[in-house]
Amino acid sequence: MDLLLSSLGTLARLDVLLALLVGSIGGVIIGAIPGVGAAVAIAILLPATFSFDPIVGLTVLLGIYGSSMYGGAIPAILINTPGTAVNALTTYDGYPMTQKGQARRALSLAYSASFFGGILSILCLILLSPVLAWIAPMFGSREIFLAALLGIILVVLAHRGQVFAAGMLASFGIFLNSVGLEPVRYSRRYAFDQSWLASGVDLIVVVLGLFALSQAFMLLVDKDDAPKAQRVEGSLFSGLKELFRFKRVATVSSGFGVLMGMIPGVGEFTAQFLSYTYARRTSKTPEEFGKGSPEGLIASEAANNAVPGAAMIPLLALGIPGEALTAMMLSVFYVHNVVPGPGLFQNDMDFVVALYIVMLLLNVIVLGFLMFSTNLLTKIIQVPTRFLGVVILTLSFVGVYSLRNSFTDCAIASAFGVLGLILKRLNLPVVPIILGMVLGGIMEVKLRSAMARVRTPWDMIDRPIAFILFCAILLVIGLHIRTLVKEHRARAEEPDHDIHDSHTR
Amino acid sequence: MDRFQTLQQMFKRYRRPGDLVFATVFLLFATWLASQLQTQTVWANGQHLFAQPRFWPAVGVFGMVLFGALHFLGSLASDRIPGRWPEVLAWVRALEFVGWFLAYVWLVPWAGYLLATLLFMGALTIRMGYRDGRMIAAALATGLGIVLLFRTALQVRLPGGQLYHHLPDGLSTFMLTWF
Repeated sequence: MDLLLSSLGTLARLDVLLALLVGSIGGVIIGAIPGVGAAVAIAILLPATFSFDPIVGLTVLLGIYGSSMYGGAIPAILINTPGTAVNALTTYDGYPMTQKGQARRALSLAYSASFFGGILSILCLILLSPVLAWIAPMFGSREIFLAALLGIILVVLAHRGQVFAAGMLASFGIFLNSVGLEPVRYSRRYAFDQSWLASGVDLIVVVLGLFALSQAFMLLVDKDDAPKAQRVEGSLFSGLKELFRFKRVATVSSGFGVLMGMIPGVGEFTAQFLSYTYARRTSKTPEEFGKGSPEGLIASEAANNAVPGAAMIPLLALGIPGEALTAMMLSVFYVHNVVPGPGLFQNDMDFVVALYIVMLLLNVIVLGFLMFSTNLLTKIIQVPTRFLGVVILTLSFVGVYSLRNSFTDCAIASAFGVLGLILKRLNLPVVPIILGMVLGGIMEVKLRSAMARVRTPWDMIDRPIAFILFCAILLVIGLHIRTLVKEHRARAEEPDHDIHDSHTR
Repeated sequence: MDRFQTLQQMFKRYRRPGDLVFATVFLLFATWLASQLQTQTVWANGQHLFAQPRFWPAVGVFGMVLFGALHFLGSLASDRIPGRWPEVLAWVRALEFVGWFLAYVWLVPWAGYLLATLLFMGALTIRMGYRDGRMIAAALATGLGIVLLFRTALQVRLPGGQLYHHLPDGLSTFMLTWF
């Protein structure tokens, strides 16, 4: 009880409440505009949040992270264009429902399922907290190194059909992290006698280039587009009641979201696939899936909204981000000397509980906001894409330049912007670069400190958690090889799909 | 969902035109970085392999070469997708906007954040083909909103414009503080 009161005390400030409001409502708006997305917004706002208190900065970013998928469902349902990449599956049943004249019902169900998934994942996070607090101190340098290694392997192997590309980009991220002055002998690595390279390549500059500037360049290079979305008439509250009829699908889908969110590098796509497959297999009307099935819509939205809460588990408990957005949030922790990991649960539990409360509140605010402002958001969807590109480019300047007022940073970010544009147009993943940088840094530090106590290779895995992680690494690689062999034997023709094409508009 | 029936299919990413060009450039870049490993990193005597300053750059660079070579071979062996050079042209076209962005970065310390932003947004909006007065007004209003949010309200660290120093004393201080 004392802990809860102390956490509420942390939040009972005007700046935190304002951050919660701006983050959650801003996130919905950003998610609703196809071509922007949470990653772009978080990248731009990241440097601005460095000057805030950690709780204020993280509240804004969590607000955007947790609410963008709510907004992303609107264009997915109304105009068959997902607002964020993870809303792609929502178009399968959401848009056919709109075509049948059930747009209001589809939106209402999507909001309700998202709310259910979001709340359930945070409740799981809260219930798991004592376990995390118990298990987190068992993670020493060896365990964190192995967990980061597992994360990088999962990120690479998750990009089926492009594993080599994901591997080379993750390696590029590890390389980028190693550039500049190293901390042991203070020698320069790949600085080429250039002072601007001696201080290394800043993660924020890379993030802004790869996510924000690249998106601006994408929109500016492509032809202009301004889709028209129809108005939605009537109350949107009915979905809450209707969701109760599909409580089994909603609960299982949220469960998949929670499980997959906890595993680094896996995330929304697997959760959605598993929940959608489950929903179709157990449905009384499986033939309706893809043609406007409410169960399909619920499976997709409940699963993807359950991921953000669960993705905070490896970040808070171990300091290991599972995907790009939590990697960005990690930098906010570092800037404020709040080191996520085992110590956070032991020393700053009130801070952790405050973050849980923020996540709960943002779901309530977003649901309330959407019930009354969906028609306003349908107008925002109509912003022409090239104009959007101009705005993102202008905003990107604030992000990069406010870091150090450096022209060089802007030039480096531009170079990464062009790289990001090329990768996105080629349907190659950007995330392995970011995770390579972040996890590469963690692996370097943790392996060095672990080696002080390691005499033989066996010492590396002689503790239970280290051994489990090592087995998990072997299992993941073994399963991947098994799948490749099975696929090779089956030689099944696989049709092309564009679900991973990040340029969705 | 008809497009993918298995988890493997859902995760599968497919090649797009221009892949071979990127794979070639990336492999050349990675190979060049590998050739610089000896000169750009040091080997510290008496240190464990994993604590060597050279260890992690080597992991990154050799990973880039290994996976880059495999990706290159994969691209080379795949069927050619039409539209390779138009795609490369689209990448080159993005360089124009790099120029716009860097010109804006150069302009801010000279003209100040407010004026530079209004000029940049107005000019780029016209360049992107919006001739309608309403769109230009929307661009200027958005620019003003961005300045008010980040510089005036959030006091984000941005330099005051050189131009502000030529304004009368009171106005100069006001502009330097808020815009």
